[in-house]
Amino acid sequence: MNKTIELLKKNTMLIALVIVTLFFAATTGGTLLAPQNIANLIAQNGYVVILAVGMLLCILTGGNIDLSVGSIVALVGALAGQLIVNQKVNIYVSILICLVVGLAIGAWQGFWIAYVRIPAFIVTLAGMLLWRGVALIILDGLTISPFPDNYLNIFNSFVPDPFGGEINILCVAVGVGISILYVVLQLVDRAKKSKKGYEMESIAAMAVKSVLICAVIIVLAYMLAQYKGIPAILILLTVIVLAYAYYTSRTVPGRHFYALGGNEKAAKLSGIHTDRVLFTAYVNMALLSAVAAMACVARFNSAAPTAGQNYEMDAIASCYIGGVSAYGGIGTVQGAVIGAIFMGVLNNGMSIMGIDANVQKAVKGLVLLAAVAFDVISKKRAKTA
Amino acid sequence: MAELLLEMKNITKLFPGVRALDNVNLKVEKGEIHALVGENGAGKSTLMNVLSGIYPFGSYEGEIFYNGELCRFKEINDSEEKGIVIIHQELALVPYMTIGENMFLGNERGRKAAIDWNETYAKADGLLKTVGLNESSRTLIKDIGVGKQQMVEIAKALAKNVKLLILDEPTASLNETDSKQLLDLLLEFKKSGMTSIIISHKLNEISYVADKITVIRDGSTIETLDKKTDDFSEERIIKGMVGRDLVDRFPKREKKNIGKINLEVENWTVYHPLYSDRKVVDHVSINVRKGEVVGISGLMGAGRTELAMSIFGRSYGTNISGTLKINGETVNLKNAQQAIEKKLAYVTEDRKGNGLILSNSIRINTTLAKMDKISHYNIIDRDLEIKVANEYKEKLRTKCPSIEQKVGNLSGGNQQKVLLSKWMFADPDVIILDEPTRGIDVGAKYEIYCIINRLVAEGKSVIMISSELPEVLGMCDRIYIMNEGRIAGELSQAEATQESIMQHIIKSGKGE
Repeated sequence: MNKTIELLKKNTMLIALVIVTLFFAATTGGTLLAPQNIANLIAQNGYVVILAVGMLLCILTGGNIDLSVGSIVALVGALAGQLIVNQKVNIYVSILICLVVGLAIGAWQGFWIAYVRIPAFIVTLAGMLLWRGVALIILDGLTISPFPDNYLNIFNSFVPDPFGGEINILCVAVGVGISILYVVLQLVDRAKKSKKGYEMESIAAMAVKSVLICAVIIVLAYMLAQYKGIPAILILLTVIVLAYAYYTSRTVPGRHFYALGGNEKAAKLSGIHTDRVLFTAYVNMALLSAVAAMACVARFNSAAPTAGQNYEMDAIASCYIGGVSAYGGIGTVQGAVIGAIFMGVLNNGMSIMGIDANVQKAVKGLVLLAAVAFDVISKKRAKTA
Repeated sequence: MAELLLEMKNITKLFPGVRALDNVNLKVEKGEIHALVGENGAGKSTLMNVLSGIYPFGSYEGEIFYNGELCRFKEINDSEEKGIVIIHQELALVPYMTIGENMFLGNERGRKAAIDWNETYAKADGLLKTVGLNESSRTLIKDIGVGKQQMVEIAKALAKNVKLLILDEPTASLNETDSKQLLDLLLEFKKSGMTSIIISHKLNEISYVADKITVIRDGSTIETLDKKTDDFSEERIIKGMVGRDLVDRFPKREKKNIGKINLEVENWTVYHPLYSDRKVVDHVSINVRKGEVVGISGLMGAGRTELAMSIFGRSYGTNISGTLKINGETVNLKNAQQAIEKKLAYVTEDRKGNGLILSNSIRINTTLAKMDKISHYNIIDRDLEIKVANEYKEKLRTKCPSIEQKVGNLSGGNQQKVLLSKWMFADPDVIILDEPTRGIDVGAKYEIYCIINRLVAEGKSVIMISSELPEVLGMCDRIYIMNEGRIAGELSQAEATQESIMQHIIKSGKGE
């Protein structure tokens, strides 16, 4: 019984997400969970997931946030517009150039933050103004569009189904395949543990967890199969999320982010190059901003001077909703992703319900505060109880 | 019999799952200094928090009589109004405010909308004189040492018109001279009729200053000793605290096996990182052999920590000169990582500030300094990590529900053990321990000493920096005495006594 309560406490935001989803599914008469809308949700919120993952690393290093994200998205988007639409440069070369520019911007900001030790808030605030300005200069204040189809297809298309038919069979097959792969990996891990005599979770707990996760994957796959199949952007998101989840939880450099945010002095005396870790966080953030920019111009089919506005706030809010500590050192990629989906469902649900955009903003503000307050209070209870 | 000032009757305080205090009784007479002793977690601080209203009336059972009157404090302001002031172990001063501002914080002079700064500073200066602190009340707190800050706390209490002063570990971070000064001040106050309760782990101080000692163990009062009638020796007090005779406070090393020189520092000079013309370490030459425990004794601010940190990959100071030889080979360590690679470890004196990641688990802290031992190509082997962390938990007998416990929730002694695990896991040949037993109780201290003995038995070298002379005398084969950045003397275990060490310090202070 106690264990169940503990498990629920650990996953408060996940439960909140389920509740909110069910709420909107009910109030929208099921439209929220209609196959087409799910594909829509993914396309709409892809950029938030990408940015939230990057922002997680920045916040982990000690509660520092990156305010320049939206402006970098605008700048890189503008650059992509210039190269692809106006200069007709090969799209792959263009993407490469855009990513390199992202890296360069990150290196610039990371240098001031990590090596000169100017507070991240100030450096990125300057970046927010600077990169927006550069974006406007590149665009000359105008919007560039339309992008060629071969570029749009990279992000907006669906993986074609070789089988044809009513329902997208490939999509279902992939869903089932991933589920099987997950179970096999779990079993292999368990076998390894039992061979070496390590502690293991109970078989029942493992079974319940596996069944739930596989069910979610298969249901999602089945839903998508009813529409056009696997969206290309979903593949990109999956790769990014898995890679960063692995990086932060299972690798030595990933661990360094937590150490730096938890106690910088102790990290330094433990032989961690704290400057380098901080630098990496901001370079990475800018790189992911560039990736998000590529996805955004494809989705809107245009590079606009106002692109990316308030994106940094979406990313920061996702992290905080997802249980990332505002003081650094605590937080997971899974949490940030749940936060991003939470925001996405909220936006999408309210839009479908036809709630006024101004009201939506107010609600979002309240939800952010409520989510974090809920988390803080439940943790406080856990401590005294 | 003198008049009772305070009587706490049958105090019981429950935390979920724990009975922190169980029918505790405490009687304090007017004008006495009453000491409260007990191991960490025995309930001393909890009792004082009940008294001062931090745990409000209603959250505990039992009665508090103060000046013959039943008290029901709802918050700390209620108890302060009656003249009960508590000074916590962790000083509560704002570094960027002046001494005067701090002293009257929450108790401002003048009117709410118009603070009278002239009165503030005039009164503050007067109180500083009373506590014998020779500083202007306009000095910033961050510019004075810990010893002086402690005095400011006392002056602050005086400003609140204190009648019963409670000091929780007031000398934990003070050196011998500063501690003595503080204790003498308490005796001075006693003459003028003030009552104090002092909590301390330093038993020699308690027998010096206290009139009565109440021993608390596992949340219950064990006994109250009276200076007039009872034995006040440290052995007697320890017996009460741990419930048995602790025959030997320092475990003996069975077989000494001292080998060749493992680490050697010559002409080591370090300058202050901010004031680059201030020499913090001045031409220091020391060495440590395999299987040897070398102590560095000296007053606070003698440059011991600075010396250790500058050796450990230049983690402190600028303009460092001198040679460092490890195993006979001259090395130039540029950062902590290189120091760890050369099998050097530095266990900090400030475990919360510089040592541990409090928000992380025991597991993560244990492996932090040497993660390549549990990873391949930077990928962490989580199973191996769990196994290693459990091994060290067993080996050092860290008391915790699991290795996933957050280090911030552990007691001081157990945090120190996690910190030691971390550096033992880094597999050093030379381990520098900076105040390894600060703020931890007698039992945990003994265990740490045993760990030190085990390390040297394995042929490692230990450099122990400590302000507690008995500990240095009891544990070290050789002792360096440091004063004002210089080595003031070197004594073998046979030559060293408290007196001879103090003499060296005083002599070097006079410039002889």
